[in-house]
Amino acid sequence: MPVLQYREAIRQALAEELTRDPNVVVLGEEVAQFHGAYKVTEGLLEKFGPKRIVDTPISEAGFVGMGIGASMLGVRPVIELMFWSFYSVAFDQILNNAANVRYMSGGQINCPIVIRGPANGGTNVGATHSHTTENVLAHHPGVKVVVPSTPYDAKGLLKSAIRDNDPVFFLENTMLYGDKGEVPADDYLVPLGKADVKREGTDLTIVSYGRAAIQSLAAANLLQQEHNISVEVVDLRSIRPLDIDTVLASVRKTHRLLVVEEQKPFCGVGAQIAYMVQSEAFDELDGPIARLCTIDAPAIYSPPVEAEQLPNPQRILRAVIEALD
Amino acid sequence: MSKKSSPTAEGRSDPGTGKPDLAGAPANAALSADQKVGLYRLMVRIRRFEERSLRAYQAKKIGGFLHLYIGQEAVAVGCCSLMGKDDHVITAYRDHGHAIAVGMELNPLMAELYGKITGCSKGKGGSMHFFDPSRNYWGGHGIVGGQVPLGVGLAYGLKYKGLKGACMTFMGDGAVNQGAVHEAYNLAALWDLPVIFVIENNGYSMGTSQARSSAGELARRAEGYGMAWGVCDGHDICEVRAFMAPFLEKARSECKPAVVEIRTYRYRGHSVADPDNTYRAKAEIEEYRKTKDPIQVFQNLLLGEKVLDEATVEKIDSEARAEADVAADFAEASPFPTAADLQKDVYWESDNPSQRTSGGRLFFN
Repeated sequence: MPVLQYREAIRQALAEELTRDPNVVVLGEEVAQFHGAYKVTEGLLEKFGPKRIVDTPISEAGFVGMGIGASMLGVRPVIELMFWSFYSVAFDQILNNAANVRYMSGGQINCPIVIRGPANGGTNVGATHSHTTENVLAHHPGVKVVVPSTPYDAKGLLKSAIRDNDPVFFLENTMLYGDKGEVPADDYLVPLGKADVKREGTDLTIVSYGRAAIQSLAAANLLQQEHNISVEVVDLRSIRPLDIDTVLASVRKTHRLLVVEEQKPFCGVGAQIAYMVQSEAFDELDGPIARLCTIDAPAIYSPPVEAEQLPNPQRILRAVIEALD
Repeated sequence: MSKKSSPTAEGRSDPGTGKPDLAGAPANAALSADQKVGLYRLMVRIRRFEERSLRAYQAKKIGGFLHLYIGQEAVAVGCCSLMGKDDHVITAYRDHGHAIAVGMELNPLMAELYGKITGCSKGKGGSMHFFDPSRNYWGGHGIVGGQVPLGVGLAYGLKYKGLKGACMTFMGDGAVNQGAVHEAYNLAALWDLPVIFVIENNGYSMGTSQARSSAGELARRAEGYGMAWGVCDGHDICEVRAFMAPFLEKARSECKPAVVEIRTYRYRGHSVADPDNTYRAKAEIEEYRKTKDPIQVFQNLLLGEKVLDEATVEKIDSEARAEADVAADFAEASPFPTAADLQKDVYWESDNPSQRTSGGRLFFN
């Protein structure tokens, strides 16, 4: 099977969907001539031309809103945000217009738009560029939120997102763009709302997603080798819709749960998971639900300290041992 | 103040002296007597609908906000009467007039105000959120200026699909200072999108007059983006049509955007909740009503042309009142949505379960 980088897997998904459906159009800052700020869209302009691959000015409220309007008319825009952190200047378009237009029109209007880009810390770019927005986005009924952790998932989920008739917000990770993994060359889909057990185990369940899931897998390997602790890692892949059933099945097996997320703790995705698990599987739990988040402060610039602010294998390892104590 | 009347990007169009021959303008000369009466009837129906809705609001049948369009009718009717099959409309929250002008029936509109399931948005949108995509009418949007990028997107969609249409993107004079509006202007001009930005200038952004909120001439800001612009009076439907037609044609045939300002006036407060006693004089309202009421002005013209007579005026008015009463009765008799309707129309997928491809939960408790 071909081995691709995460960014190449996303590019392949875009190219396949651009080929399949003439209504798909890619728009964003530097996506065409510059080949993408993170080279995700490299080569697409040359292959598909300037009608399908469109450089926008730095004007997020303008071009995101424009994409939403075009989607109401049946165009399927895939909008790149250079960073999801920039959603704040397009917030009204994303969460008033895209999220609400179907509802406010009594179901008369669809908004089949995909907005994609990285949402992560860890690159020493400070608080303004390091927002993880999945909890804020998923708070709004009407939207779907996807956070892929591997090249395989990224390609299959993005293809599903582009074919979806609801607005889908696709959160990538600059720290993962260079990661490699096996990606089938054929046309496969990963459905939204299906979690993936990335590692089987018996002593404790880690529920995670995005880069934190990759960090959790590294921690699980260390725990096995150094402490003989068997950790199961459930990668949510999709925040909304949410596959809580896979989480509950794992909790029924291990009876211990640690949620690991690159989110601030307050009202994060982990809070929702913990609520649902205690509500639906309280008797299965042998201890309190544990949670490991980004340390609760704006993202620090200082490189060695930022690495400690985020979930990392050592912090996760300690949290597992504490949870089992 | 320069007053421009034809769509040129250079800003040199002839402002003209005195009143141009509005009736002779191609957009108006082509109108049959029946079509003129039809336009008149539309304006009357809008006004009677809104007056009836105001009474319903005062009787506590309607919740939330009610932003009345009374006084501005010639703008929506004039503009929307020029629509071809690929022309589209989007507007802000003062949206009743446009909805009726594009042909929506009064029953579902009144029912929407009453919050009933028979409303045009099934009682989920309310006064500010009327929609009818089957009539190319895309709302009805509550956030000042927030609909303007959407209008550019509709124009982008038309051009992308190769359709010869234009999107009239309405906003109030209070919207022109929102950042999203300027971002939308830039994209429209940069990419030659077929959109006409229509500023309905009723003089007040809520309770703040234009002089206290906006620097310079509103439409002239188009010059900064190399767009055509123009200004016209909005109390005379003939002027609105004569003024708008060439802008629309240029958008359709050459994908050229423009910013136009149509000067109009609202008789009621910003919303029904606005007592309207702090920021303008009653005499100002009376003066406009006496000299520039858009229905009266058009009625006078049509009476002079013998297209209308007093009996027909009376008949149109009583029919419009009766139609509004019927709509109110229909709304009153209709059921409210139920709690079971709350989670419908949220996701396409959950409304079409047999075609759902995703797993997992879409809703939470």
